Amino acid sequence: MTETLAETTTEAEEPLPEFPMPRAAGCPFDPPPTARALHAERPVARVRLWDGSAPWLVTRYADQRALLADPRVSSESTLPGFPHASAGFRENAARRRSFITMDDPEHARIRRMVTAPFAIKRIEAMRPEIQKITDELIDSMLAGPTPVDLVRAFALPLPSLVICRLLGVPYEDHDFFQRNSSLLINRHSSVEEVVGANEALTDYLDGLVAAKLADPADDMLSELAARVRAGELTQREAANMGVLLLVAGHETTANMIALGTVALLENPDQLAVLRETEDPKVVARAVEELLRYLSIVHNGRRRVALEDIEIGGVTIRAGDGIIVYTGTGNWDAEVFPEPERLDIGRDARRHVAFGFGVHQCLGQPLARMELQVVYGTLYRRIPTLRLATGIDQLPFKDDGLVYGVYELPVTWTS
Amino acid sequence: MSGDKGDGDGSGEGKGVTMRVEVDVPKCVASGQCVMIAPDVFDQREEDGIVVLLDERPPSELHADVRESAVVCPAAAIRVVEK
Repeated sequence: MTETLAETTTEAEEPLPEFPMPRAAGCPFDPPPTARALHAERPVARVRLWDGSAPWLVTRYADQRALLADPRVSSESTLPGFPHASAGFRENAARRRSFITMDDPEHARIRRMVTAPFAIKRIEAMRPEIQKITDELIDSMLAGPTPVDLVRAFALPLPSLVICRLLGVPYEDHDFFQRNSSLLINRHSSVEEVVGANEALTDYLDGLVAAKLADPADDMLSELAARVRAGELTQREAANMGVLLLVAGHETTANMIALGTVALLENPDQLAVLRETEDPKVVARAVEELLRYLSIVHNGRRRVALEDIEIGGVTIRAGDGIIVYTGTGNWDAEVFPEPERLDIGRDARRHVAFGFGVHQCLGQPLARMELQVVYGTLYRRIPTLRLATGIDQLPFKDDGLVYGVYELPVTWTS
Repeated sequence: MSGDKGDGDGSGEGKGVTMRVEVDVPKCVASGQCVMIAPDVFDQREEDGIVVLLDERPPSELHADVRESAVVCPAAAIRVVEK
């Protein structure tokens, strides 16, 4: 890939900043300082990736929305120039084809096969069940010893149980699918690990789709199996979609629960508001603000330009890679004044934490519902909840596609 | 402020402003945000979650919610015309 820093010739001699970028020590919630500096100075700038390629990093909110909604920008990860997160991701691109790496009209046709269960009313109907699962997990924690790892005891089981019920995946297999999901979305996983995890999960979902073909139930895998029977999808395509839904359904929300809890414990005045409110609107607002503030999908939304595009004072050429880093878009002071302040009373609904454009998160109504139930319940039921270690001792997930903590030791006063 | 085309972000608050809402059904990606924000104006089809317009000329007390729905719609499938 050739360098075209025509607009910034004086800086052409400087080495490009590497992406992903490290966060500052002691500032686990802030976007990396280099990303914030680019946002301020060069909002569309070349960065260096693991393979030496130099895609554009887009850091400003308005440019992010414009590019993610632009039909000249492709999600097709098998195209030359697509900025892969690692060698394993590149290797898997052709094997893991699903609607998130397709463009319209094919994308729209396939995505619409799985949108119905995520409609607002159907998700709202799940609220009592999600509340029940939440309460039961908290009951178990309260009955057990302290300190406890909130990730293993609560943050990961809750969305895993919910997505298992929605899809029709047996929850008793959670060790298997959680382990392989972690490998699949870790940029430090080897090519063999990524390909192996993908094959293990796809074979597993393939088997479940086959079982639903023979014996359908009231779940999403059975709906996909019906599409296979009708000739709209191959069984392997249905299995690929199952993998996507299963992985996206638990990794993301689990990290929002755990990291959101850390952020709230560090902002006790904000936590107090949540603990004391009975108003679901206050909780819903807090969810949007935490989504904005934490922007956990921190590896960037990755795209490739199909045509030349003028944006942010530069020309992105056809074939150039594009990485939209929503962490800084959601900390753009033009849109969110004092972005570094966690303020659960602000209206943060315009955040791009779920992405933007036609690929915006399919599961967002479910994620919102889960987070509303959790943030509205956990701190009320355990009002003395606190970290059982220093925040600087927490193992943050710098190496995952999704930011969070690997473990979260917590305790409380009985 | 957000680089939008302005359709949903107008500031035409006030008495006597009429609003007409249009939805571009083929563009809709069923994110459901309009239903969440303005449930009296937008709904979703049962079979695929795609937008259904309930009220083409919503009353003024809903105008702010309708504008916000247009701003957050990821597919730019909501068009708001105010006079």
